[in-house]
Amino acid sequence: MPTLVSHPEEVKIVSSRFGQGAAEIDRYIELGGYQAVRQAMEQGPEWIIAQMKASNLRGRGGAGFPTGMKWSFVPKQSEKPKYVLVNGDESEPGTCKDHLIFLHDPHSVIEGTIIAGLAIGAKMGFIYLRGEYRYLLTIMEKAIADAYAKGFLGKGIFGSNFDFEVVSQTGAGAYEVGEESALMESLEGKRGIPRIKPPFPAVVGLYGGPTVINNAETIATVPHIFRMGAEAYAKVGSERNGGTRLFCVSGHAERNGVYELPMGYNLKKLIYEVAGGIRGGRQLKAVVPGGSSTPVLLASEIDIGLDFDQVGQAGSMLGSGGVVVLDETVCMVEFALRTIKFYQHESCGWCIPCREGTDWLKKTLTRFHAGAGEARDIDNIRYLAENMLGRTFCPLGDAAAMPTIAFVKKFRQEFEDHLDGRPCPYAKKPANELVGV
Amino acid sequence: MSLTNISVDKKPEGTIFSPELAARFDKLVTLYPMKRSALIPMLLYAQDEIGYLSDAAIAEIAHRLQLTVLDVRNVLSYYSMLRTRPAGKFNVQVCTNISCMLRGGQELFEHCERQLGIGHKQTTPDGVFSLEEVECIGACSWAPAVQVNYDFHDNLTPETLDAILAEYRSKASQ
Ligand SMILES: Cc1cc2nc3c(=O)[nH]c(=O)nc-3n(C[C@H](O)[C@H](O)[C@H](O)COP(=O)(O)O)c2cc1C
Ligand code: SF4
Ligand code: FES
Repeated sequence: MPTLVSHPEEVKIVSSRFGQGAAEIDRYIELGGYQAVRQAMEQGPEWIIAQMKASNLRGRGGAGFPTGMKWSFVPKQSEKPKYVLVNGDESEPGTCKDHLIFLHDPHSVIEGTIIAGLAIGAKMGFIYLRGEYRYLLTIMEKAIADAYAKGFLGKGIFGSNFDFEVVSQTGAGAYEVGEESALMESLEGKRGIPRIKPPFPAVVGLYGGPTVINNAETIATVPHIFRMGAEAYAKVGSERNGGTRLFCVSGHAERNGVYELPMGYNLKKLIYEVAGGIRGGRQLKAVVPGGSSTPVLLASEIDIGLDFDQVGQAGSMLGSGGVVVLDETVCMVEFALRTIKFYQHESCGWCIPCREGTDWLKKTLTRFHAGAGEARDIDNIRYLAENMLGRTFCPLGDAAAMPTIAFVKKFRQEFEDHLDGRPCPYAKKPANELVGV
Repeated sequence: MSLTNISVDKKPEGTIFSPELAARFDKLVTLYPMKRSALIPMLLYAQDEIGYLSDAAIAEIAHRLQLTVLDVRNVLSYYSMLRTRPAGKFNVQVCTNISCMLRGGQELFEHCERQLGIGHKQTTPDGVFSLEEVECIGACSWAPAVQVNYDFHDNLTPETLDAILAEYRSKASQ
């Protein structure tokens, strides 16, 4: 079972029920659960969407799109049924927060899904977990069954005349399926190949009907917004970035773990105070601030607030909330190689710049790291990556290119250190030294 | 896979699955607005029961969803967790992606190779273990992490992993 961490600087909203037994429906209710949805039902769709807009909640899946605005794009009238789709595919390396939500607070996801359904006029919601999260599906399915048994799901929920069904399932191993249109394909029983946009899912989504797709953390946050009041929730965060976020600290911090902090919280403070600094008192080399697809920040660039706008201004992205901490022992060429290997493996192969680009980057970096690189390779790597940008069918191509460009730009010296057949200056240490921290 | 298996969709007789799983399938296909949506869960559950997706399993699932065998194979080949050959009783999946790599995931994988005497996607001769190097499994803050079948093990060292493997080994001989 993943260990929970705690720090006085934390503001626990989404994680407030972690470790409290809230996977049991009665306990969830005891802790104030299923109140928000009743309130939302009384007030109606327009009020819900106005509250969501006022909360300044932005999508936790990576792009940070304002959730209230996303919901408002769904047409009021539709011949085809509308759907809510919860994205729990969580596969961006460095990210493990939805894991904790499904484990400790599955009902918050169900309650958020119903509220989203009320807002857009959907009668059905799907909760899609990544295939590796089978034990979490078991927890989710029990939670759903319990909610049906209480009359919170099904026909006439909470004694109203509103019907709402929820189905949860897992995928079967594919990062690309986390992309929203590929996710819909997968849920329709197909290969996870993305769809052409427009039309956007809000207009033509699952089974051709208007669909709202949100990350699991986004959805789990929704009931808390109504519980606290939208303005109060917004105020916790920074400008245009409402509330808190679950930050998954991993890598070389002293106390790795998932911490919930207000949007805009200082990254340097997160690493040095909340997460206890760098293990063994070593020097920090770099931070990947929002999952493997976000451009790396130098140790000198981390005195910034963690919200979508401020990290953007610093030349990276807040992404999925995966804060990966790299100390002085890391070889950045090897790190770049491992990153691109992932994208090469996960490219669905649909479009050429991504399929071929990731493959060439992997080949070049492999050769380079092994000491067989040439000086012109350094510029070639960057050139290749830059030419993938914006030329692919879905953002996976960009997700592979952006970090690669940053590695070369910011750590050129380390690339040069591998030239002329020189051995990697950060030679591998024996396993026990690396593992036994 | 012979050509006849791809091109001829014979109607399977009865079911090759346990009564429980067959009942689960009967229910699954009713949950979605479109039957086909049940495909990926059905493939996974079938694999869990018989260890891999045999020709017979694929044929029955195709039939249940009124799809062609070719269509089903086309979908299953996309997903990395689905396999058409048996794996070991315990499939050891070691994450070597970035967060785990920083905490010794690569060394852990190499340790497994030595301990089990097999490499990536191979199975021990006694069929007890298979080994896989996998991408991020969503346990990054508790790295390095390993999944054995569906069970997560995190914050591992070679020593703690050895103890876990020994437990599985004794389970296999029971
Ligand atoms: C390659 C790729 C993988 C993605 N993986 C995920 C994922 O695992 N989970 C997720 O919530 N969003 C993922 N996204 C983002 C989704 O496409 C989508 O924007 C998101 O689920 C919307 O939810 P939000 O508005 O609540 O953030 C991914 C996007 C891309 C391009
Ligand atoms: S960018 Fe990559 S993952 Fe996306 S459609 Fe193209 S090949 Fe597939
Ligand atoms: S990188 Fe290994 S679990 Fe995420």
